[in-house]
Amino acid sequence: MFVPGNNPGLMADAHIYGPDALMFDLEDSVKLSEKDSARFLVYQALKTIDYGDIEKVVRVNPLNTPYGKADIEAMVFAGADIIRLPKSETAQDVIEVDEWITECEKKAGLEPGSVGMMAAIESGLGILNVLSIAQASPRLIGIAIGAEDFVTDLKTTRSPGGSELFTARSMLVFAARAAGIAVLDTVFADVNDDEGFRREVETIKQLGFDGKSVINPRQIAPVVEIFTPTAKEIEHAERVVEAIKEAEEKGLGVISLNGKMIDKPVVDRAQRVLKMAMAAGVI
Amino acid sequence: MEIKKASTAGTLESSDIMILLDRGENGIDIELKSSVLYQFGDQIRAVIEQTLLEAGVHNVKVVATDRGALDCTIKARVLTALHRAVETTDYKWGV
Repeated sequence: MFVPGNNPGLMADAHIYGPDALMFDLEDSVKLSEKDSARFLVYQALKTIDYGDIEKVVRVNPLNTPYGKADIEAMVFAGADIIRLPKSETAQDVIEVDEWITECEKKAGLEPGSVGMMAAIESGLGILNVLSIAQASPRLIGIAIGAEDFVTDLKTTRSPGGSELFTARSMLVFAARAAGIAVLDTVFADVNDDEGFRREVETIKQLGFDGKSVINPRQIAPVVEIFTPTAKEIEHAERVVEAIKEAEEKGLGVISLNGKMIDKPVVDRAQRVLKMAMAAGVI
Repeated sequence: MEIKKASTAGTLESSDIMILLDRGENGIDIELKSSVLYQFGDQIRAVIEQTLLEAGVHNVKVVATDRGALDCTIKARVLTALHRAVETTDYKWGV
């Protein structure tokens, strides 16, 4: 869940809504005259407030602004789990941030590599370079798309059906899977359109996304519900895993369940379902 | 740190505190308005004073208007106003 970095009220309470991660924003939601303010606020909040198991992500300003280096240094010292880089267009963008994070980790006395990174793609060039971006650093744990800037770069607008985002979303998923990292979808701005939001979450789940950024606590429950495996899916996955175990014990080469052969993709999908179910706390 | 100009940070929004710092000569002189002055006035003053002392400031005039800010917010707003007043971007994180 996004939290604007210059809003002390939201920063104090955001974790009670139970998102998997909080994304404190120092970039687009903070005006230029308050960049220093937001940096101090987020720094003090991260050092003081107990966010429990919620992942602490900070979206910093790019390195080519007067704010980026100071943002990153402050957030490394503050104990952020992930630095999110906006507007990533090339692998070099990721590498430069990686190098600065490493220097900051040394200054802060942290284990090198302990702070993760995410890269947000927000332009056509970024999408065309997405595989090299996704593979640019071992620190990078995920990529995401920022749709508002992206559609502006494409000289179009967002639509309910999202056709303007289809190719970019798919390429993001391809790159994330090739690089072995996570992939998150963009925010849905109309917090009063529950139906539209659910349709979008179902679409991006089907495309292969691992999750979605939200801007309002109301949006958390639908995402959790849609991404949590159903009882039927869990039961099937458990039977697949049981069939594998039984076959291994009997030394059987070919494994079948209900007359259908279980091959590697089936096993991989079953294991993913069980992991998601455990992460959601339903098993 | 030497205060070069009067500076402010923060807002009058709920959960925030507005801090105005200016040059002073009589120690750390805090004028505080707060909706929870009776319950938390001493605590708010203590956080403002401690933040300034840790930053090496011993003489300053502070006007603070509190709207129920947490200690971490108070500290952040004091440090922002201070860095603006001193006109420095030399931040000492982790200190």
